[in-house]
Amino acid sequence: MSLRIVVCVKYVPDAAGDRQFADDHTVDRDEADGLLSELDEYAVEQALQIADDADDAEITVLTVGPEDAKDALRKALSMGADKAVHVEDDDLHGTDVAGTSLVLAKAVEKTGYDLVVCGMASTDGAMGVLPAMLAERLGVPQVTLLSEVSVEDGTVKGRRDGDAATEHLEASLPAVVSVTDQSGEARYPSFKGIMAAKKKPVESLDLSDLDIDADEVGLDGAWTAVDAVAERPARTQGTIVKDEGEGGKQLAAYLAEQKFI
Amino acid sequence: MAEVLVYVDHVDGAVRKPTLELLTLARRLGEPVAVALGAGAEATAATLGEHGAVRVLTADAPEFADYLVVPKVDALQAAYDSVSPAAVLLPSSGEAKEIAARLAVRIGSGLITDAVDLEAGDEGPVATQSVFAAAYTAKSRVSKGVPVITVKPNSAQVEPSAAAGTVEALQVSFGATATGTKVVSRTPRETTGRPELTEAAIVVSGGRGVNGAENFSVIEALADSLGAAVGASRAAVDAGWYPHSNQVGQTGKSVSPQLYIASGISGAIQHRAGMQTSKTIVAINKDSEAPIFDLVDYGIVGDLFDVVPQLTDEVKARKG
Repeated sequence: MSLRIVVCVKYVPDAAGDRQFADDHTVDRDEADGLLSELDEYAVEQALQIADDADDAEITVLTVGPEDAKDALRKALSMGADKAVHVEDDDLHGTDVAGTSLVLAKAVEKTGYDLVVCGMASTDGAMGVLPAMLAERLGVPQVTLLSEVSVEDGTVKGRRDGDAATEHLEASLPAVVSVTDQSGEARYPSFKGIMAAKKKPVESLDLSDLDIDADEVGLDGAWTAVDAVAERPARTQGTIVKDEGEGGKQLAAYLAEQKFI
Repeated sequence: MAEVLVYVDHVDGAVRKPTLELLTLARRLGEPVAVALGAGAEATAATLGEHGAVRVLTADAPEFADYLVVPKVDALQAAYDSVSPAAVLLPSSGEAKEIAARLAVRIGSGLITDAVDLEAGDEGPVATQSVFAAAYTAKSRVSKGVPVITVKPNSAQVEPSAAAGTVEALQVSFGATATGTKVVSRTPRETTGRPELTEAAIVVSGGRGVNGAENFSVIEALADSLGAAVGASRAAVDAGWYPHSNQVGQTGKSVSPQLYIASGISGAIQHRAGMQTSKTIVAINKDSEAPIFDLVDYGIVGDLFDVVPQLTDEVKARKG
């Protein structure tokens, strides 16, 4: 029996570029250059490795987002995923994490799954809570924030390096896992992979395909509201001193003056 | 007066500082009712009472340690059902954020994570968040259900405020999903004796310029002279010079100490995202063009192996 893996990925504005908000306080996805979230590349990579170790596996990469989000799917397909599902609907604009977890849960169920793999967080919203929400909605175990993951005989195992302890975890499939940026470098798509990706199927779904009402998602259906966003005032550069042999002492004098010593 | 649930982060009864900061913020919204779970839960009550908790709901069961996250969600939900709070506050740790996420879905409430400030507002608590690598500040609120909000360390002062801190046993029944993810083994992180990175008042970080694991002793010596935590840039961590648990930046810890000292760190966006809300920033770097200098209150252009040891000696001398 084939191991069905679904990798949830997000199309995000490039963190190295100039990220902004639109007038409705949603992330401006029109002006910025978008790409597959760097942290989701680790999820794709671990899914590929799990699939390699399985006798038979199929990887579906899933995203929720506007038309351009197809770029993120193509990247994942060129890395080696087998097929893609794109949930796209104008009514999704402004959906918060609660709504996104609902849409993903419905899409994952519709696709069919044994294992869902997520990144540790997106690089734009950066909340890091979606995998837990998804597991809650699906009613399956969460095995999250893993720096190592493997699947054997219907059991997923992993190592979670937490703040206070390192834990070894295990759960029966089906399950939701998330992997950190410590899980291993993601591969670069090969030329062959890029060419092959163009022929791989990308299924488009809208809200009606998932039996979700428009008022459950979008800005109006969000369970949170952003009332204001403001650019943080740029820090003003303070004193810069060239070390002429007394730099450490000068710095100590500054720290003393600021009452840190 | 409305009650506000506060999820307690503690180690065998020793309450961690971010929870005490949460109690300060909770008092702006109502009367804090603390929820402490696991071994040593009852021992938290004295400290929590001294910081404003009117009640401390406690529960202990093997499930809390033996299975991941969900048993704690079941317990927090039981507390939520019995208290009917105006808001639920948790610290922004990896685990507590996941507890918050699942609770929010269960009770049909909006979730805000990583707040750096919290105030009472006409339509419920207003959270301040630093977003897009701290380039922006957002004001957010929960528009559906009882607000569930996680708050980053160092977002408020710890302020003692005497309250009863009455211990009450919390009745918890675990659901079918509670035992889904087994914790097969747990190895506590070795303690360095230094403050916790995200909680520290002073952080001394090293980057690419430190040029080797063995050279981090220079950074550690400065940190110890100041009673500071040690941080590292992604470059230093990726090179294997310092543990990932000490990484400051977008994919590591985000810190907001009173003083941040960056040594041999150029200041790429990845790093700035994790430290630019620090109150005072100091940098030492050979390259006068390094972007870190755009952020600093005081910068030294020079070799960190000259400047840092001299600074360490001077700090020790001044402290006597």
